[in-house]
Amino acid sequence: MSPKTETVRHDAANEPNEKIVLRVSDLRVLTNADDEILHGVDFALSRGEILGLVGESGSGKTTAGLACMGHFREGLKFGSGSVSIWPRGEATHVEVGDLDEVALRDLRGSRIAYIPQDPALSLNPAMRVGEQIREVLDIHDFGSSERERTDRVAEVLVDVGLPGDKAYQKRWPHQLSGGQQQRIGIAMAFAMYPDVLILDEPTTGLDVSTQSVVLDTIRQMTVANNVAGLYITHDLAVIKDISDRVAVMLRGDLVEEGPVSSVLDDPQHEYTKMLMAAVPDLAGRKTIGDGAAEAKEPSEDDEKTHILVSTGERGGSGDTVGSGSGGDAPDGATASAGERDGGAASANAPLLEVADVALAYGKAQILNGINMVLEPGECTMLLGESGSGKTTLSQCVAGLNDDYSGSVRLRGTELARSTRKRTNEQRVGIQYVFQSPFSSLNPRRSIGQSLSVPLEMSGEGTAASRKAAVEEALDSVRLGRSFYHRRPGDLSGGERQRAAIARALVNAPSVMVCDEITSALDVSVQASIVALLRTLREERQLALLFVTHNIALSRHIADNLAVLNKGKIVDYGPTASVLENPSHEYTRALISDVPKF
Amino acid sequence: MFGKVIGKRLLFSAFILIAVSLLVFGATLLLPGDAARAILGQQATPERIAALNEQLGLDQPAWQRYFTWLGGLFVGDFGTSSATGGSVGALLGDRVGASFILMGLAAIISVPLGIGLGVFQALHRGKRRDQAMTGLSLVLAAMPEFVIGIGLIAIFATSVFQILPAVTLAPPGEPVWNRPEQLILPTLTLILVVTPYIVRMMRATMIEVLDSGFVEMARLKGVPEKRVIMRHAVPHALGPVAQVVAIQLAWLAGGVVVVEFLFRYPGLGQALIDAVTYRDVQVVQAISMLVAAVYVVVNLAADVVGILTNPKLRSAA
Repeated sequence: MSPKTETVRHDAANEPNEKIVLRVSDLRVLTNADDEILHGVDFALSRGEILGLVGESGSGKTTAGLACMGHFREGLKFGSGSVSIWPRGEATHVEVGDLDEVALRDLRGSRIAYIPQDPALSLNPAMRVGEQIREVLDIHDFGSSERERTDRVAEVLVDVGLPGDKAYQKRWPHQLSGGQQQRIGIAMAFAMYPDVLILDEPTTGLDVSTQSVVLDTIRQMTVANNVAGLYITHDLAVIKDISDRVAVMLRGDLVEEGPVSSVLDDPQHEYTKMLMAAVPDLAGRKTIGDGAAEAKEPSEDDEKTHILVSTGERGGSGDTVGSGSGGDAPDGATASAGERDGGAASANAPLLEVADVALAYGKAQILNGINMVLEPGECTMLLGESGSGKTTLSQCVAGLNDDYSGSVRLRGTELARSTRKRTNEQRVGIQYVFQSPFSSLNPRRSIGQSLSVPLEMSGEGTAASRKAAVEEALDSVRLGRSFYHRRPGDLSGGERQRAAIARALVNAPSVMVCDEITSALDVSVQASIVALLRTLREERQLALLFVTHNIALSRHIADNLAVLNKGKIVDYGPTASVLENPSHEYTRALISDVPKF
Repeated sequence: MFGKVIGKRLLFSAFILIAVSLLVFGATLLLPGDAARAILGQQATPERIAALNEQLGLDQPAWQRYFTWLGGLFVGDFGTSSATGGSVGALLGDRVGASFILMGLAAIISVPLGIGLGVFQALHRGKRRDQAMTGLSLVLAAMPEFVIGIGLIAIFATSVFQILPAVTLAPPGEPVWNRPEQLILPTLTLILVVTPYIVRMMRATMIEVLDSGFVEMARLKGVPEKRVIMRHAVPHALGPVAQVVAIQLAWLAGGVVVVEFLFRYPGLGQALIDAVTYRDVQVVQAISMLVAAVYVVVNLAADVVGILTNPKLRSAA
């Protein structure tokens, strides 16, 4: 869009000095059709330091990282510029662009190593993990004897905090957890004592607790081996946690670069400021999503902070619910919810009530005695790690999973287990938004067609009135009517998720179940979606069940927080009181694992 | 663990074979005509027919005959041919050998060839040689085996060159491998029929595997390209391709009939055609069971390959 974006701040660490191991200058990368992807990027990596490279998806950060290794993905090619490496113990530097295939291979994995984003995809599933580490040593002729290599495999496994014994080395990747797989990846990268490490979002797919362990491992290994690291991520909280310097990337340009503290505390470039504003913080000091690029809202946002304030107020009145309830006191919760509603609302029953829901597959108890209450206009965050049963629970509420026992009541009426058996009105009442907007919209249908389906299913209105309802829903998610005829393929991730939300809205539901709807999105897009949900709650008195693993979002969106661990709600109450006085150890561990921001 | 999985499959295969034997036996019971009358001709007296029925054991109830026949299969006794009066085993022995030579040669050449060409195409995807090979394999895959066979005869034996025999020249009783040149055209026909499917499947899976994260990771580890392909990529592509190979090899067992007939090749196919013509029930049964056994064995082999290349199946089962 913009022509060449100027870097607003340069870093003194980029001046030539003896600590620099890798220097990228004026790097340009082109597509095969000669479109420029990187417009002249400069940065330098120094020994024992980690440079964070931040940007949104599509900004070119992975391309820049891989270019450091002389690798270009299908469809991309080297344009101009230079990448120089000063390997340990060698007097002269190496120009990566000038190397032939063989020399480049010698460099990769030995002098400059790569830790990929998704360990599940990047470990060879048909090779034992010890063998995969050993392969690196064999290819690069580590040491002088078989023995030395065998010992090195065990040693590097212990270094990353895994058992180094033979039995562990004989495991297959699928027998390890995500965190363990990623540590195998780290062990593989460190096996040859590299000089430079390229880390491509290595913790993105991991839970917070696993993430904090992996980050610790990386930090400690970087210092111990005196390696220069390039940490690519879109998560500013992680950057603050792990890196020494940070470079911000926007559409193939570096817009700002400097020490972490000065860039993050005092951002100079507009884009960095916007990114900073979009990051959710656990303390909830700011309101995310107001200045976000995607949010096309009118600026009545000065008032926005009141949501957080009102959270506090509500928290005050609802304190009786949280204190001592610890999750297994449905009576108390229902009663006080009833009291709260008693004066204003006509019906006494809560809008949505989940009572004693349990579900087991064979011996595996997925959900265990879940009790929850949701009132109109309220948002409950269901927080849990992968495997905690949070998605299963939300599917039970929506009727997508009918294997549960216990009851789900909407306005006091017990719902049938399966959506098929629920009445039309009940189905309309609870709507579901899925995690990935990339797979939840049919790519062959226009947005308008997709959004009309729920209306056709509920059999209401004429074609014209349906179209009007869809257009109104598109307006209310700030997409606008012009999206009616567009297809998902033309939309960005944030726009697609808005369309998916609009699809849930067309039937004017009273409860919306949001299953990890922001976890596939960039922070700034996430912020705009969160802002959108806030407005919808106010405008429509919509009740939200917001399922997520990201505890940092809690104060920004939720009135109540339910922490789910191994199928049980271990902490339940107003957000503020749960965060300030977590009653369960697990909640405390979760809170302490969040990268401080 | 691994042994247990294989054992399970073997047991399952045995069940399938027994089910097939029931079907084959049942189907031959339903065939019209009377074996004794077919042997003795229209003028036979009822007494002679009864006598022959008793001699052949046809007067016994069907279930008893089934078990006698099944028991015989287990000890390698396929019964007595009602057309020639000789043992079915002796009659088919040479022919089974001749057919298996043809099928074995075709399999040994076409499987590695198909996998190799598929990998080659995947590595050069989108280039002209890939497109040319895709086109060629599609044309070959679309042609029935007798068309390919006739085409080859026209090119190499009759119209264009006269360098190879168009039909099998060996007199009855002489082993076919005594004159290797007569094996070339039938084998080539089978190869041309079987290979294109393997190539196309291998190309598709290989392209998918080459795009995967662990192949990129292997390259970024500095693994030489040859090793990336042989050690990291090809094993993953083999699992799904093994199933296609199995279907193709199993097809060989049946498809060989047409090709053998075309080349007058003294194999199972010829024997089957003769047996059907003369209503030689025992021979038809024996050949059907053999073909079924080939199907079961190659599919079992494909499952084993699948399990070997995918540790998840190995430890999960």
